[in-house]
Amino acid sequence: MRRRSQWILWAASLAVYAFLYVPLAVVVIFSFNDSMLNAEWVGFTLAWYEKLLGDGEMLRAAGNSVAIALLSSSVATVLGAMAGIAMHRYRMPWLPLLVLTPVAMPEILLGVSLLLFFRQVLDLTLGFFSILVAHITFSIGFVAVIVRARLAGMDEGVFEAARDLGATPWMTFRRVTLPLILPALVAGFLMSFTLSIDDFVITFFVAGVGVTTLPLQIYSMIKVAVTPEVNAVSTLLMALTLTMVLVATRLAPDVMRRGR
Amino acid sequence: MALLEIREVTRRFGGLAAVDRVSLAIEAGEFFTLLGPSGCGKTTLLRMIAGFDEPDEGELFLDGKSLSGIAPEKRPVHTVFQSYALFPHMTVAGNIAFPLEMANRPREEIARRVRETLALVHLDEKGQAYPHELSGGQKQRVALARGLVNKPRLLLLDEPLGALDAKLREEMQVELINLQRDVGVTFVFVTHAQQEALALSHRIAVMNMGRVEQLDTPDRLYTAPSSRFVADFIGKINLIEVEVIDASHGHLGLRAAALGEFAAEPVPGVKAGERGALALRPELVRVTERLESVDLRNRFTGRVKELLYLGDVTLYKVQLDGGFVIEALLTNAAPGRARLFKAGDSVTVAWRHDAGVFLRG
Ligand SMILES: Nc1ncnc2c1ncn2[C@@H]1O[C@H](COP(=O)(O)OP(=O)(O)OP(=O)(O)O)[C@@H](O)[C@H]1O
Ligand SMILES: [Mg+2]
Repeated sequence: MRRRSQWILWAASLAVYAFLYVPLAVVVIFSFNDSMLNAEWVGFTLAWYEKLLGDGEMLRAAGNSVAIALLSSSVATVLGAMAGIAMHRYRMPWLPLLVLTPVAMPEILLGVSLLLFFRQVLDLTLGFFSILVAHITFSIGFVAVIVRARLAGMDEGVFEAARDLGATPWMTFRRVTLPLILPALVAGFLMSFTLSIDDFVITFFVAGVGVTTLPLQIYSMIKVAVTPEVNAVSTLLMALTLTMVLVATRLAPDVMRRGR
Repeated sequence: MALLEIREVTRRFGGLAAVDRVSLAIEAGEFFTLLGPSGCGKTTLLRMIAGFDEPDEGELFLDGKSLSGIAPEKRPVHTVFQSYALFPHMTVAGNIAFPLEMANRPREEIARRVRETLALVHLDEKGQAYPHELSGGQKQRVALARGLVNKPRLLLLDEPLGALDAKLREEMQVELINLQRDVGVTFVFVTHAQQEALALSHRIAVMNMGRVEQLDTPDRLYTAPSSRFVADFIGKINLIEVEVIDASHGHLGLRAAALGEFAAEPVPGVKAGERGALALRPELVRVTERLESVDLRNRFTGRVKELLYLGDVTLYKVQLDGGFVIEALLTNAAPGRARLFKAGDSVTVAWRHDAGVFLRG
């Protein structure tokens, strides 16, 4: 009985993982396929990657994506940390609501409302800056949650102890609070970076005409056809995201564990 | 001048006065203890001394200077927290160096004093360890070292031994006494364990519901409690409800409904007709087999109801003929002791007339 149910569990999980990863594997494999068609395996080639390197538009889009991801996650980490600390310290019931709503909000709603805000309220020209602000907006909540979780697992006494032993509020932050939330900051940064670099929906709304990012560029390419070049750039993006996620999860347990 | 003077300090939370018009003066070099049951306001008072909280009324003075509005980091007062509150990302040496660094001491001095303080608390080997690598007792010592290293005028200790097991607790008590004597820092120690307070302190303030009930030396608190609360809170005690029937013959004549008449030491101002309680320590109650062998006037016959054998001593509960159940503590190995009593034995119970303390009200 026990054996059987275990076996079924295994089979089910296997099926789920296959469902998740086979399409990804196909993209990766065909990015090395020596054929214009995503139909059958012909032979190994790096030609699509070479082609990618010569594609000026693609490189520009990639450059934008990386720049926006770096900038937005840096800013979001600082603001999110502040929000997380405030949520932890002041326990105002509406503050978490305010900070976390963008996390739960459907992306399409966020995209539309940001678009309206930028155009109608601020009368901003859409482009690099509007994308940056949008990405910061949806990242803050994630950083705040991670920072707050880290603080919640900690002995409150250490902050009072620092003051008690002669540290000013600023020194307490520098010598105690900051080092203690550092793993959460790194994890939050990586999280924001991953969210930013592959965001499509929100970026689509606030990008305007002049500036594109990598996901937008890929989308505009597959409108024509799913070429192996798309496979290649997707593979690269996947590799980058995966690395970030790996690093983040290596740090995230740390966030939970090193409380005391 | 007292080192710390607490003058008429009140702190309210909502309608409740957690600390209620407390006045205390703590002298330099003292081992001073705040003793009281859970929720009586000990921590609240301590937090006002440390500067994490301000009184609603009244004022605190350190060396004669008012502490109001002075931030915690500006007060020469350090705290040992019950949870230890060690910095988890710093080594033991780093933790102990912290107050010195905050005081901008020169580097060599910091190194030297960290070394000295580590030696003082017997942790010479553990300087490079992290807090999570230490046992409870070791963490306790680090917290102590960290509080002492920058020589505060006052060290506050909030139930520092609460998290330790009984054996370690006793060891740390001895160490605390020695440490306080050696470094000469004034300690304000908080506990709800009366034995600990008696063992450690020069003076004890017994607190109840935000007020100081009695402030005295340990032996005065034990032998001459000033209220039922203090008598009951410190050690075991028999509280006998009595009425004064005679206050004119150099002693107090008392009558208890469930006991009968007996005598006690006179208390100035107490007149016949007053009601109160006689507080009588169990170890001052004698228990013997025969009536004739007792030359004391306060003697009653009864029957052993229950007994609790504790190794060195036995606690007897004796039901007296009047109905009152009195507790008596007898050493088991006294010279000439014939035998211990069993439940059901007929016995005579007696005490000297100056053994009990009459408490009014
Ligand atoms: N920040 C606060 N807000 C509201 N009430 C409080 C606060 N701090 C303490 N109190 C209340 O004040 C009273 C005294 O609390 P305090 O912590 O000083 O007790 P204590 O003597 O230290 O008790 P324990 O031995 O359990 O630590 C309690 O009734 C407590 O609920
Ligand atoms: Mg307390």
